[in-house]
Amino acid sequence: MSGLQKITLAKGLNMGLRKAMEDDPKVLIMGEDVGKLGGVFRITDGLQKDFGEDRVIDSPLAESGIVGTAVGMALRGYRPVVEIQFDGFVYPAYDQIVCQVAKMTFRSQGKSKMPMVIRIPFGGGIGAVEHHSESPEAQFAHTPGLKVVACSNPVDGYWMIQQAIAHDDPVIFLEPKRQYHADKLELDESATPAPLFTSRVVRTGSDVTVLAYGPTVKTALKAAEAAESEGRSLEVIDLRTLSPLDMAPVFESVRRTGRVVVTHEAHVNLGMGAELSARITEECFYSLEAPVLRVGGFDTPYPPSRIEEEWLPDLDRVMDAVDRSLDY
Amino acid sequence: MSDRPTVGTGTFGPDLVEVFGPSQQDGGPELVQLLTPEGERVHHPEFDHDFSAEELRGFYRDMVLTRRIDTEATALQRHGELGIWAQLLGQEAAQIGAGRALRPQDYVFPTYREHGVAYCRGIDPLNLLGLFRGVDQGSWDPAEKNFGLYTIVIGAQVLHGVGYAMGIQRDGAVGTGDPDRDAAVIAHFGDGASSQGDVNEGFIFAASYNAPVVFFCQNNQWAISEPIERQTRIPLYQRALGFGFPGVRVDGNDVLATYAVTKAALQRARDGQGPTLVEAYTYRMGAHTTTDDPTRYRLSDDVEHWKLKDPIERLRVYLRRNGLVDQAFFDDLDQEAKDLGHHLREGCKALPDPQPLSVFDHVFTETTDELVAQRDGYEAYLASFEGEHA
Repeated sequence: MSGLQKITLAKGLNMGLRKAMEDDPKVLIMGEDVGKLGGVFRITDGLQKDFGEDRVIDSPLAESGIVGTAVGMALRGYRPVVEIQFDGFVYPAYDQIVCQVAKMTFRSQGKSKMPMVIRIPFGGGIGAVEHHSESPEAQFAHTPGLKVVACSNPVDGYWMIQQAIAHDDPVIFLEPKRQYHADKLELDESATPAPLFTSRVVRTGSDVTVLAYGPTVKTALKAAEAAESEGRSLEVIDLRTLSPLDMAPVFESVRRTGRVVVTHEAHVNLGMGAELSARITEECFYSLEAPVLRVGGFDTPYPPSRIEEEWLPDLDRVMDAVDRSLDY
Repeated sequence: MSDRPTVGTGTFGPDLVEVFGPSQQDGGPELVQLLTPEGERVHHPEFDHDFSAEELRGFYRDMVLTRRIDTEATALQRHGELGIWAQLLGQEAAQIGAGRALRPQDYVFPTYREHGVAYCRGIDPLNLLGLFRGVDQGSWDPAEKNFGLYTIVIGAQVLHGVGYAMGIQRDGAVGTGDPDRDAAVIAHFGDGASSQGDVNEGFIFAASYNAPVVFFCQNNQWAISEPIERQTRIPLYQRALGFGFPGVRVDGNDVLATYAVTKAALQRARDGQGPTLVEAYTYRMGAHTTTDDPTRYRLSDDVEHWKLKDPIERLRVYLRRNGLVDQAFFDDLDQEAKDLGHHLREGCKALPDPQPLSVFDHVFTETTDELVAQRDGYEAYLASFEGEHA
């Protein structure tokens, strides 16, 4: 299929996976329910029908098994793409990811590659029960040997998943699950995508730089719209890559605005915001007019869904942080 | 009161004593054996094999040299040349039997104790020392030797083996009938690892996909200080039935039986008939590692008992009794072992320490600007000391 079409994030990811499988017969998909069902979010819809059960593999219900066997398949020369059904279910596979996937290249002194993508639907806001709304990105970004990216929109979903699969290092691929079926964007499949490990200014502004990724990009853009009506100009940067971080556009922005608000759904303590704050302080200390402020999930377990909207960083909490930044 | 754990009896299943017998040390009637501890050749209806004199001498040589690797490395640790060493004393037959049953295209996923299997795969024993000396984390190329890196996390490599076997399936290298194409995986682990989730998940995945993998468990009776009773209420090989594939208990101190059983299991896998669990029933004569003190948790009587089952001695008796060797064979082998020991002693001390900056080299296949910046900063920092003490 070619030409322009409006697609959801779910569709973009599905199309991207399909394209990657067409381009490289070594690409395999593996996970719970990814075959006939097409995944619980339908991201792999129709792929088993077209590529067969040997390439789209319905697995036993065992996350460590899914990731651990993918390690072996990667060692055999395949490029496995594994789906973790929900963020909170990644922990049974944690050892395989941080001790095996992340270290194989290093341990083998570069002789063994781990070209693997671990897809994780992440974040909250879908009214789910516990363990279905977590934001574990800092734990993986803190692990040397892993690369961690987060898409935020359908077009990025299409391109980034293909780029991650083609990459020779293991990539934790975070998908904001509440965006899967939310907004549509026009996809031009003939376009040249931005490189995978780059952040992007998605709205220009001059008063405060707002850093976001995944689900909070939409929140930040809403805040920027609201701020504009109040006469304040926010610059919004979609980080897109969390490890490595692409700080050049961030530093450039901060040097102009002098103020930064970081927002993510994950707990604030020792989260991505802390790392961003440290790096900005090291690099842009004399440009800062205010301390870097963080707006994120509280340092509590994810709450029951009836109060998740209060717990999650929303437009008002971002705006409040913008106000505090400008008050300095 | 017995120090065995109390478990249900009668209606709810057998008592541990009933399962294991008053002594666990004979492996039970199900044990596959082709050479007794007294050096008598016995036959087995399912796993018999005709061994040539050359094969038998080869097994003996392999076991002697493997024991030499182990004793030299242990001595090197005592001399401070290795930080730690995982000893295999007593497990030579289990490893050589399994290692020699492999074909070149098969792939091995080892623990950190598979020194004999590594030797069978043509890895210079010197290369095994780097991990324990602290100069590398495995210096061989796994793809070149079809022998994976040593894995420290217990049982993690079993899943890798199953995944690799699934890759073999997808490559169409199973059940073709071409002996040079059909391949299998052997995944090693110990009795302690049999309690790990990854090993059990490996069983499930292998069974579910009928993967060409042999699960090779060296039951050496001890997971550091935890005895086999702490891992299982039934003989380990019987667990395979619960996962839907065959399990075999073989005398792990009998190189002939270990070879024959593993060879059959590997061929079964290559033929497309799926996984097998081989439990090599053996005993860890040394410590878990050189930091361990087994006198704190096991009886010297047990060790003395197992000395009588020594895997090398029983083959030596057989070879001598049947006139398959002469004194020159032993003299030549003795010299070969001495040369190997010298190679290890001198080579170990000559292993170069890695350069500090090399830590940045292989974190990724494609490095990042962040790491390049850290490396450059550290390089400049190190350079700032140059000439300081001149």
